[in-house]
Amino acid sequence: LPGKASTVAGATTMEKATSYEDVTSYNNFYEFGTDKSDPVAYAGKLKPRPWTVEVEGLVNKPGRFDLDALLKLAPMEERIYRLRCVEGWSMVIPWQGYSLAELIKRVEPQGSAKYVEFVTLADRQQMPGLRSNVLDWPYVEGLRLDEAQHPLALLAFGMYGEVLPNQNGAPVRLMVPWKYGFKSGKSIVKIRFVEQMPRTSWNLAAPQEYGFFSNVNPTVAHPRWSQATERRIGEGSGLFAKRRETLMFNGYEAQVGQLYAGMDLRKFY
Amino acid sequence: MSRAEVQRALLHPLAKPLVFTVWLLPFAWLVWAAVADRLGANPAEALIRALGDWTLRALVLVLLVTPLRVALGWPALARFRRMLGLFVFFYATLHWLAYVWFDMGFDWAEVVADIPKRPFILVGTLAWLMLLALAATSFNRAIRALGAPRWQRLHRLVYAVAGLAVLHFFWMRAGKNDFNEVAVYAAILGTLLGWRAWRRWRAHQGRGVSSRI
Repeated sequence: LPGKASTVAGATTMEKATSYEDVTSYNNFYEFGTDKSDPVAYAGKLKPRPWTVEVEGLVNKPGRFDLDALLKLAPMEERIYRLRCVEGWSMVIPWQGYSLAELIKRVEPQGSAKYVEFVTLADRQQMPGLRSNVLDWPYVEGLRLDEAQHPLALLAFGMYGEVLPNQNGAPVRLMVPWKYGFKSGKSIVKIRFVEQMPRTSWNLAAPQEYGFFSNVNPTVAHPRWSQATERRIGEGSGLFAKRRETLMFNGYEAQVGQLYAGMDLRKFY
Repeated sequence: MSRAEVQRALLHPLAKPLVFTVWLLPFAWLVWAAVADRLGANPAEALIRALGDWTLRALVLVLLVTPLRVALGWPALARFRRMLGLFVFFYATLHWLAYVWFDMGFDWAEVVADIPKRPFILVGTLAWLMLLALAATSFNRAIRALGAPRWQRLHRLVYAVAGLAVLHFFWMRAGKNDFNEVAVYAAILGTLLGWRAWRRWRAHQGRGVSSRI
């Protein structure tokens, strides 16, 4: 899945990319199990084709998008993003995709649309993790419309120049680099434009720990993981590598800071 | 195997060295895995968690000694209790040190700031301090110095350690709503402590009845 280097500001970090091996074998995808080694072990049953994404709600042009139509909707770009997990680890990953804004533009949101809700696949036949009740399935995430329209918010179809591996959210996922990883839903089946703030899965499960915004923020501590620092996976000598300082908005403050002007980010964490 | 045979096996001179070696194997395996880079993408996390798991397993085993000894009539099992208890302390210490080393980079100011900030770390540290007190008074001279009743009362702290360990694990997993393993340990440790409570209550009842007769 080739893509041209993106021209979007901030879309290409010069930092060293994490190894493909680590990115595909260590991640969270609860539909396949709660352990970070579960996705690679159990995602084999996921069928990323045929696939459709339903776009509905407060838009003038709702519709069902076939995967092939989505792939051709806009030119593929390569973007190299930092990924910061809420658990205190991070990676650097090259993605292929295009700005979510491209899709939003085509479906024409109505004036009353304030938020975008993303619903991801929940099929027991393909996803053994759904048997556990750690979350209310399907997994739901959301963004404010202006966040979703920001050029850095990426609709990703590939990784490292290849189509997305199942365990990383095939065939289409979101990648919002200035927010904690769980905000970026995998294997998306539905995108809804709504007026009210969506009730997102992690926010419902533990509201005091996971806010709707969940921007990467080293100054707002999480009761379980320090958010001031992070461990970059695969960096240096592994075990003895020093943790890095976590950057405000994961280092994308220059690009996205204005979205939150005047907001108390301690309150809206 | 008859009871006498079990008893003989438990008293065998090689029984203790064998148990000792078996309980060092997880440690040896983890050291090897760390050196050979076999701990996965996030070796620090894998190491810290594995050491926590082995602490819990050792804790289950040491608390199993008395119920098994009584229920199966294997008095010789008592010989292993101190060693197993010290293995709880051993793995708990490594668990805590791994956190201080690999998570905090031996930055003690960070550690001091971190402990009260994260409740599950506070509870875990508290449990480790209790284990430290038990390990420090685990040798025979300490029993004599404290006097057996006082020593025994002190060492009942291990029940509190069990409670705190489960709470530590529960809070750690609460962020991810993932309680399956926590429930297993809570059920096992709860049963082992419940058995003790039940036995005390029954002994108490028995005494009451006999004094009335």
